[in-house]
Amino acid sequence: MLTISAELKARIVAHARADHPDEACGVIAGPAGSDRPVRFIPMLNAERSPTFYRFDSLEQLRVWREMDDRDEEPVVIYHSHTATDAYPSRTDVSYASEPGAHYVLVSTRDPALDEFRSFRIVDGAVTEEEVCVVPE
Amino acid sequence: MSIEVRIPTILRNYTGGQKSVEGAGSTLDEVISDLDGRYDGLRGRLVDESGLRRFVNVYLNDEDVRFIGGLDAPVSDGDTVTVLPAVAGGSR
Repeated sequence: MLTISAELKARIVAHARADHPDEACGVIAGPAGSDRPVRFIPMLNAERSPTFYRFDSLEQLRVWREMDDRDEEPVVIYHSHTATDAYPSRTDVSYASEPGAHYVLVSTRDPALDEFRSFRIVDGAVTEEEVCVVPE
Repeated sequence: MSIEVRIPTILRNYTGGQKSVEGAGSTLDEVISDLDGRYDGLRGRLVDESGLRRFVNVYLNDEDVRFIGGLDAPVSDGDTVTVLPAVAGGSR
């Protein structure tokens, strides 16, 4: 189960809406071992594409070092799909390499409906999980 | 020649859980081969026939090695190589 604050959920959705029709992506860091997403880090989509995303490699290095220094880990790795449902694609699964992370998918295909789902992706196997939104 | 190589969580099963290992060589290619001698299979997770795998990012100090010669990038004593899984995907 992913437990996430209403505020962080809203920030992910806002980022996805802002970058539509391109895919948006980012991380929410949290204290190592806590499974608690705390620090919102929107990332550049180096591909600037409606069908693909990739973290900019140098930005990723900087952010990963910063997490290391703060004893944090990427608790949530999120990205948006802009024309398809909020479910990991084959490409998403082939790249997924943080078995401890919650992979959050947002779809922006319907302007009036926020699709927000969370998954574990371990060794190529996708498991959807419940999202528990808490006030703080 | 000693090069520190930082290993991401996903590859630490190759290094006995170590976050950081020491390698030797004068190019990135040589360092990766040197490590593979002690951490069998590690090279195959970083490199394929066409070069560095697209699923990983490899950095020499603060540079993405793709921009400084890839596997041929020269390394020197005291350099740090960092391996991170690329974070990417797509809707297809």
